[in-house]
Amino acid sequence: MDWVAVGLTLRLAALTTAVLAVLGLPLAYWLATTRRAWRPFVDAAVAVPLLLPPTVLGFYFLMSTGPNTAIGRLYEQLAGGTIPFSFTGILLASVVYNLPFAVRPFVAGFAAVDRRLIEAARCLGASGPRTFLAVVLPLSWPAVLAGLVLAFAHTVGEFGVVLMVGGNIPGVTRTIALAIYDDVQALDYAGANEASLMLLVFAVSVLAVTYSLQRRMPTL
Amino acid sequence: MTRFDVDIEFGYASGFEVICRWDDPIEPRITVLLGASGSGKTSVLRCLAGLERPHRGHIRFAEEVWFDAARGIHLPPDRRHVGVLFQDYALFPHLTVERNLGFGAHGLSRQAAGARVAELLEMFRLTGLERRLPGELSGGQQQRVALARAVFRRPRILFLDEPLSAVDRPTGEELREELGALIRTLGIPSYIVSHDRADALTLADRTVLFDEGRIIQSGSTQEVFDAPLTPAAARLVGVDTVVMGRIASVEAGLARVVIGGCDVRAAAPAGVGHDAALCIRAEDVVIARHDVADSSVMNQWPAVVRSETMQGAFVRVGLDCGFKLSALVTRDAWRRLGLKPGDRAWAIVKAASIRALPRG
Repeated sequence: MDWVAVGLTLRLAALTTAVLAVLGLPLAYWLATTRRAWRPFVDAAVAVPLLLPPTVLGFYFLMSTGPNTAIGRLYEQLAGGTIPFSFTGILLASVVYNLPFAVRPFVAGFAAVDRRLIEAARCLGASGPRTFLAVVLPLSWPAVLAGLVLAFAHTVGEFGVVLMVGGNIPGVTRTIALAIYDDVQALDYAGANEASLMLLVFAVSVLAVTYSLQRRMPTL
Repeated sequence: MTRFDVDIEFGYASGFEVICRWDDPIEPRITVLLGASGSGKTSVLRCLAGLERPHRGHIRFAEEVWFDAARGIHLPPDRRHVGVLFQDYALFPHLTVERNLGFGAHGLSRQAAGARVAELLEMFRLTGLERRLPGELSGGQQQRVALARAVFRRPRILFLDEPLSAVDRPTGEELREELGALIRTLGIPSYIVSHDRADALTLADRTVLFDEGRIIQSGSTQEVFDAPLTPAAARLVGVDTVVMGRIASVEAGLARVVIGGCDVRAAAPAGVGHDAALCIRAEDVVIARHDVADSSVMNQWPAVVRSETMQGAFVRVGLDCGFKLSALVTRDAWRRLGLKPGDRAWAIVKAASIRALPRG
């Protein structure tokens, strides 16, 4: 078993999930509560990775973050190095690619919270963020947890985007899914089987956990 | 005197528009906004609380501007310092009674918050229920928790949206009395939205009638219920029979109106045109087997009994005298008369009990 790849995969999944919690929760809350006319466009932008082949997303990601782009130059000045073919690169790409897997369950959970409770909190003097923390989150945590678990699991199993953006550099961008691909290319079926079986068991457990969380969504 | 100055227009996507204007003194009295469902009264309340943004106009509370379309000012609900009692109460299902009450406690020390919670538990007779969840309370207890929560921060004004629609009728009667007593004890200016005229009759110092997105009449509750100015207002305050007719003549304040072959004498205010709506309360209608001679009454119409509905100690009798007329008589009297649907009878109403309103 390629334990370096396993460690790297877990680190990538954990960081992706953390970034999605920070960015995805406010975004989802906004989507669940706004009545702005352009909400459908934001919805669509969030959901688009569900339909696009990972190669397309990876291609545009490379095009917009390469060393000759504005983003690429800014990153080089601030952090040194380049985004493509680095751990930062696959992390950023994972965040974008996994956005719908986290945000859509969040939105569903927040939307299920009775709107009057949010209004009641506001009328009791609570600000928007306090209302979110004291009322919305406690009533929708199973959905939030489900979204985070799904994003984590999906990152663990991601192949196309990581290959496009990260290449296949051992210890830097080579995740467990890429290691399996390499094993098969090298006709190491035993190694591929070991890692594949691990991912399969992991995926089934994650889905079981997610479904049981969805049942625990408090009914209001 | 400080005033609550409201002048707003609120439009729905459907095109329905609500217009609301008043300039009330801020004093501890209860105002009921009475209207049918869909008349726009709840939208007004939501605009006042800051939950909706009107499209035009302004809301000023004493020195503060809560909303001003022209200046782009719209204070969010948490900065208006108002108390709101929601329809169905909107208690936080995951928090205990104690924590529901103390939800507005931020900015207070733990000690001060605890003292206020204890004070409200006592005042609203909730002691012993501190650790219960809202789902474990009766309707009356839920209402008390919701009201206590709404007044926790000592709001300067209270808005109540259909406070009694969540409970069944007998419980509602009890809760209404309790609610009125609590609001009066608190001494906070209150606006109650309701579709039930009993709320206005028992709770309101002032009544504002709402119809199709407009205030059609406002004044002291007595005034509004005694003298509705339009047919729509008459229906809202519960005049049981409103019929349209043509005025044949007016003499010394008494109008002769012809409706469905009946000659009706009614009190006519000045300014009645050719068409009028006649308002007759069911309790003012007398039913007799024969017409009466030698009496002061001006209106006696032959009628056919169409229906009888028991209402507690009373019977509501539907009569047809060329127009439909509703009468309310005691059960005893109805039994003594021995009438049943299909029978012929006489409907007797004093002219002074019939109001002729200009048709609008």
